[in-house]
Amino acid sequence: MGEAIVVTSGKGGVGKTTTSANLGTALALQGKKVCMVDTDIGLRNLDVVMGLENRIIYDIIDVAEGRCRLAQALVKDKRFDELYMLPAAQTKDKHDIQPEQVKQIVDDLKRDFDYIIIDCPAGIEQGFRNAVAGADAAIVVTTPENAAVRDADRVIGLLEQHRIAARLIINRIRPNMVKTGEMLDVDEIVQVLAVDLLGIVPDDEKVIKAANSGEPTVMDPSSRAAIAYRNIARRVLGEKVPLMQLEDKAGVMRRVRKFFGMG
Amino acid sequence: MTGKQRIVIKGVKDGLVFLLDDRCGMDELLAELNDKLERSHQRLLTGPLVHVRLKLGSRRLTEEDRERLVDAIRRRGNLIIQSIEAEPDPVEQPAGAGRLHVMSGVIRSGQTVEREGHLLLLGDVNPGGTVCCTGDIYILGALRGTAHAGCRGNADAVIAASLMRPTQLRIADCISRPPEEWMTDDNQMEFAYLEDGRMRIDKISRLNRFRRDPIVFKGV
Repeated sequence: MGEAIVVTSGKGGVGKTTTSANLGTALALQGKKVCMVDTDIGLRNLDVVMGLENRIIYDIIDVAEGRCRLAQALVKDKRFDELYMLPAAQTKDKHDIQPEQVKQIVDDLKRDFDYIIIDCPAGIEQGFRNAVAGADAAIVVTTPENAAVRDADRVIGLLEQHRIAARLIINRIRPNMVKTGEMLDVDEIVQVLAVDLLGIVPDDEKVIKAANSGEPTVMDPSSRAAIAYRNIARRVLGEKVPLMQLEDKAGVMRRVRKFFGMG
Repeated sequence: MTGKQRIVIKGVKDGLVFLLDDRCGMDELLAELNDKLERSHQRLLTGPLVHVRLKLGSRRLTEEDRERLVDAIRRRGNLIIQSIEAEPDPVEQPAGAGRLHVMSGVIRSGQTVEREGHLLLLGDVNPGGTVCCTGDIYILGALRGTAHAGCRGNADAVIAASLMRPTQLRIADCISRPPEEWMTDDNQMEFAYLEDGRMRIDKISRLNRFRRDPIVFKGV
């Protein structure tokens, strides 16, 4: 029996889809059998980021409405044998599927896969309820901005109501801005949100490039973001991996400051 | 008629006031009313037009009983009902008033906690979260959201927090926004209170001066 993890954020544009794609790919790199589910019905993106758009035949609505079997709708990734994706419908609406139907689909997938990564749409309405319906755990993605942290907090509250444990990924950190105090730092965010930190991902132009070419960043080991996503995948698998040092020099200074209790 | 009268009729400047007992049954009341109107007070009640005010005490009338009461009086052509008055409901003291509620957890954005009485929260209130109490609010944690103490108008209520970083504080009807109106010291447990209708912040150790609680401890 696999584990279903929903990737959510509340706010849009913080990197849910990128995180889903990279986490899914990174878990596949670790040899796990993974299925990614796009629940952003009407605005599907995961297939584009994964470069699988042209392979889609059926989608999640077709499965829910019985036009095809679940196995027929799964799109196999071109790079891995054990990485699949269940695409969202582009022509339908979030109200065309019910949370119970999504839960049924996720439960079916859990029988065949080690990990189900559910990409949640922005917002906290029907789309969110659909996405969390079948989830066992949640990853909340935020960026170091007040608005994103506020929405993440809201979403964590809602997940708590659904009795789903949330872990946090802080995305698109710019070390130099954190250093000058223009950007919220990691400790501050974790303190407010009071959930376990699963990982931090530095802002990296390669992520944008990779998303546009339909090749998940995590495939490119020269990218810092790729290393961050691989670390996150290892933590999901239960390994203890230390947090990435955002900047080596600053890291040393910080440790010194911490040592003297000024951090 | 024996025993206590259920209806007392008093003359006032502009007419008559009927004081109706609010504990007896409606039927008894009507029986006595008819009795009084037909017999014992007949003299008083005949003659020119008289305005009548009915005072019901704390009795709550059903529509039907009200009708019966009005009918009984209307039967006397010279009585005009001016008003039927009932005492307002005693201000209901909710069961929880004055009670201390203890709860733990993080009040997150979009979440609201409302309690009758005082609240002791073991945890944080995040920006966008709200706690609202009829009494005091004590937070063992960080207050980063909104807190409203004495929300039914109790201006003596206080808000205390281990880390006072609120988005907004409210006590009774007073609303205050930091840091425009006040600043807090770092790393101090503090409390907010109203003084002459303005929000003030002080160290928690001064709370008993504000409360004027006498300190009575055993010991030397």
